[in-house]
Amino acid sequence: MPGTGSGPAAGPFPATGSTRRTGRPDPLSRLPPMRNESVVQVRGLVKRYGTRTAVDGLDLDVRAGTVTAVLGPNGAGKTTTVETCEGYRRADAGTVRVLGLDPVADAARLRPRIGVMLQSGGVYSGARADEMLRHMARLHAHPLDVDALIERLGLGSCGRTTYRRLSGGQQQRLALALAVVGRPELVFLDEPTAGLDPQARRSTWELIRELRADGVTTVLTTHFMDEAEELADDVAIIDAGRTVAQGSPEELCRGGAENTLRFTGRPGLDLGSLLKALPDGTAAAEPVPGAYRISGTVDPQLLATVTSWCAQHGVMPDGIAVERHTLEDVFLELTGKELRS
Amino acid sequence: MSAGTYTPRPGAAPVGRMIAAQAAFETRMLLRNGEQLLLTVVIPSLLLVLFSTVDIVDTGGGEAVDFLAPGVLALAVMSTAFTGQAIATGFERRYGVLKRLGASPLPRWALMTAKTLAVLVTEVLQVALLTVIALALGWSPHGSPLSVALLLVLGTAAFSGLGLLMAGTLRAEATLAAANLVFLLLLVGGGVIVPLEKFPAGVRAVLELLPISALSDGLRDVLREGSAMPWGAAGILAVWAVLGLGAAARFFRWE
Repeated sequence: MPGTGSGPAAGPFPATGSTRRTGRPDPLSRLPPMRNESVVQVRGLVKRYGTRTAVDGLDLDVRAGTVTAVLGPNGAGKTTTVETCEGYRRADAGTVRVLGLDPVADAARLRPRIGVMLQSGGVYSGARADEMLRHMARLHAHPLDVDALIERLGLGSCGRTTYRRLSGGQQQRLALALAVVGRPELVFLDEPTAGLDPQARRSTWELIRELRADGVTTVLTTHFMDEAEELADDVAIIDAGRTVAQGSPEELCRGGAENTLRFTGRPGLDLGSLLKALPDGTAAAEPVPGAYRISGTVDPQLLATVTSWCAQHGVMPDGIAVERHTLEDVFLELTGKELRS
Repeated sequence: MSAGTYTPRPGAAPVGRMIAAQAAFETRMLLRNGEQLLLTVVIPSLLLVLFSTVDIVDTGGGEAVDFLAPGVLALAVMSTAFTGQAIATGFERRYGVLKRLGASPLPRWALMTAKTLAVLVTEVLQVALLTVIALALGWSPHGSPLSVALLLVLGTAAFSGLGLLMAGTLRAEATLAAANLVFLLLLVGGGVIVPLEKFPAGVRAVLELLPISALSDGLRDVLREGSAMPWGAAGILAVWAVLGLGAAARFFRWE
């Protein structure tokens, strides 16, 4: 791990992720030995357009075989960062290495190894989905089976319709197919599910999981929190052209933010006596009569203390629930902004 | 798709195969496009038939078709290499096609080679069709086919450079408008259907320097008069080609 910690991430947020996600089958055995090696390294990237600084000293690390979500509001510098990695933009300062190569100087060697999904467009307006995909396959040495890919992404229904008349969702899925048809090691997906209906979104997520299981590294930009939480091994939170935190969703949610315990009971409980039983730094409130909120480090011990206090006072803590902090909370805390959803 | 389907196995196809695939694809897109066909096939064919059979413009002595066929061949080259290529490439740029191909294994030089091949394939089809039509109208061509081929290739280079320069620097809509306007102006003022002798001497001297005039008059020298290679016309086309391609290479923006 290149965990240099050189990023602007401060406080409890780790600069790079180090723990694995749990609750999903471990695909390590089927993956190349490269796994966890850094395949994308961005250090101090600066990119200006005229007087506007789009990216301002950004760091990013992507480990082989993982899904990394670059999360941030519109205009945060996500697309500029990804397009610099793809070789479209030249960095004004900083270094970018992709698969160990310089994306501009070594473009000819890098291009066959990466798959690219642009945010929009990229297809001849008069081309049909299947022929565009077949054409892209012909530019590669060992492409995927095009018919199987068409079926997998539900592009068969496009029939003889040309690109300009396809629905937005169909255009998105075609762009995704074009990114993977050449069997790349690394794919860059710029907002892969923007404008998709929920079902198509799930199907895209499923494909990204299949890519991951087969050892393909994915970098995706998104402004959907759930997408990052659902898919990503690592999340890089970008704001105003800088990485404000990078780590697994669990790490990001665990660090910094406090959790909340809520329950309902009869109104007017003596919270003072409850607080005496709880560790310092814990807060208790009754924002609405009969609805209680305990904020602090919610661990099993605290939960036990609260429930035994309730038992002593003859209170049934109805609807008791621990609210985990979500990426949304973390994001808000780090950037002071809401993500557009 | 089963596990292992996506296991990475990256690699570019051999560059020859990529160019052939790209050229075939571009040609297919071109021949499928109705507006392009109107420009490259319908208009030249109609002009040839109409002006050969109806006495609208005085084309000087001899059969009208002997004057018109070389001009229409020049027009065909201009319609494909300049107008058609400018409009198609302008919109490919606008819709991110050039950008997306830039991330594919296809190198830029190979893309431009493929585009040139697509233009040449289209021109071969145009020349074949127009030759058949002209022969049916009683055309009796003279001169060396080699000289004709050289002039057509030089004309293609000159018009391609100008078309790509326009496509790579202007907005797609501006390219669309300008390319059509230029097509129309050069059709009238480039010796295609109207002999340059009809224009005042001063105007004519300028018009003769246009690539369309050089190509149509050069082709006419060979095909109607049976002259040897018209080096003056070839020189004008070569200068346009160098200027156009050079400027396109310098100023073309891919996004």
